[in-house]
Amino acid sequence: MGIVQWAHSPWGEDVPIHISFILIWVAAIAGLGFLIVHAIWHKFFAKPEVFADSTPPAVAAKLPERVKRHSLTARAFHWIMALSMFALLITAFGPKLGYKFPWVTYHWIAGIVLTVSILFHIIHASFFMDFWSIWPDRIDIDDAKKRLRRSMGEAAGAPRRFAKYPLENKAYHGIIVLAGLSAMFTGFFMMFRVRTPFFTRNPYLFGDMTWGMMYVLHGLAGVGLIALIMVHIYFAVRPEKLAITGSMITGSMSREYYLEHHDPERWAPESAAK
Amino acid sequence: MAVIRDVMPAFELFQPVSADDATALLAKYGSDAWVMAGGLDSFDWLKDRIKRPKVVVDLSQAKDLSGVREASGGIEIGATTTLTEVVRHPLVKEKFAILSEAAEAAASPQIRNQGTIGGNVSQDTRCWYYRSGLACYRAGGNICFADTPTAVNREHAILGADRCVAVSPSDSAPAMIALEAKFVIRSAKGERVVEAEDYFIGPGIDITRMNVLQPGELLTAIRIPATWAATQFYFEKVRDRPVWDFPLVNIASAKVVNGGKIERIRIAVNGVAAHPVRLKKVEDAIIGKPANEETAVMAGKMAIEGAQTLRYNGFKVPLMTNLVKRSIRGVEAPTWA
Repeated sequence: MGIVQWAHSPWGEDVPIHISFILIWVAAIAGLGFLIVHAIWHKFFAKPEVFADSTPPAVAAKLPERVKRHSLTARAFHWIMALSMFALLITAFGPKLGYKFPWVTYHWIAGIVLTVSILFHIIHASFFMDFWSIWPDRIDIDDAKKRLRRSMGEAAGAPRRFAKYPLENKAYHGIIVLAGLSAMFTGFFMMFRVRTPFFTRNPYLFGDMTWGMMYVLHGLAGVGLIALIMVHIYFAVRPEKLAITGSMITGSMSREYYLEHHDPERWAPESAAK
Repeated sequence: MAVIRDVMPAFELFQPVSADDATALLAKYGSDAWVMAGGLDSFDWLKDRIKRPKVVVDLSQAKDLSGVREASGGIEIGATTTLTEVVRHPLVKEKFAILSEAAEAAASPQIRNQGTIGGNVSQDTRCWYYRSGLACYRAGGNICFADTPTAVNREHAILGADRCVAVSPSDSAPAMIALEAKFVIRSAKGERVVEAEDYFIGPGIDITRMNVLQPGELLTAIRIPATWAATQFYFEKVRDRPVWDFPLVNIASAKVVNGGKIERIRIAVNGVAAHPVRLKKVEDAIIGKPANEETAVMAGKMAIEGAQTLRYNGFKVPLMTNLVKRSIRGVEAPTWA
């Protein structure tokens, strides 16, 4: 069984129609496998985090007890996006797993919510936030090399503390951007295939091959998101990450956690949390 | 594209002698099995090589699946009872004449002699894009060829379309809904009974099926309670030619009128959606109202609310409106209103 299902078009061409839905299970098992391997590695093999420097007491003394990390707007975006993403996954894959309901309308409505929230986020992040804070920089790469060498028992200097986001966060964000935008753009055009109040249906907007590739890409992004979200939730509930998770709810993290994991030179919080 | 061939493709044939044997076979072979009752639809699918089951379970020898029996004041009809038996059975004629009329409206005498009531209610859509083997939504693909700007879609849906616009072609199905029938479904796990209106499903729920039957399940009987026995019935089927054709739209209703007012009523229409549509809102609106022209006009208008036509099937809107009006009047009006 391949990863893509093919069919004959009315003109006798072989065209892809969608992914093979066995990939739902492949993604779920891959996600679960990652969690198990990471949990074992962390429990038995991971070395304690060591950073190269610390914050001078004078600087630390000026920090408030709670350090502001996410604005209310940023948090609202995150949770709206999360809810719409869950709605999209449930409406997309629930029926494939045997839970039958009229899913299409709910799916495209959730897709529109996600699209609007992503467009808002792009504007918000570009003009009202530190846009580059979520993208890896040279220090991240250098420190990642050091961390890798140290984890393998090689001699290497200690890495610096993180900026606002650890490299893992940044890498995850990059992958979710790729999967999310793929699903979003393909989903937008796929709305021309169903009845919505927004467009006149036009199934001939593209040729059969283009449509097929679009459905396949949408499906691959969708199953990819299953694994990605499993990993995201796993890290969100890991004890050592709870401070980061909590900041997505309360907007702030403790001064102690901030000083231990984040470098004020790389990430200077705007102000104290209210 | 489908090519009709003379030779039946290879499959393993089983002819169980009882419903239990049949369900055991279906449990064993699951989605590889094809259930055949009268065979009238099955042979087209198989010879066209559009459906390629590994196993065919022929129910013709399972005698416990056939026959009409009295049950608690109503009747129970075995799923493989032929349409002719349903049409002619005295109990059906006496108590549920609408079912007799609906079954008689199906196909031709020869086909009714072979076709079964279970097959008639469970039959697949006649959408020719789907039947010609194209990879449409209903066949597991990602397009509806009937819902495109240039499609030939005169017979297709005006209600409840969700990507696929195919319609159910059954004549007996709306009568079953009007009579509040219950469908008995058996599998290796046991038996379940579903209301007639819940037996049929639209593409939003499952785009590749027209009813709730899952692999391994068998429709064994249809129970019609005494609730609507010998009430005022109305059945009408509009088709392109007077015999041997599928409905463009058909309607079935059962009602009780007391003192000139509609005391209770059930109306179902088919040929307008992927499943027979019970007009629940219309029923609720006209209960307690006089069975007259005014009520009929109101019911007709309500019935087609939300209708969305395709390029060639706009005629179904006034057709359905008028059929609903006529079902309220209770007699076939001499002219279209």
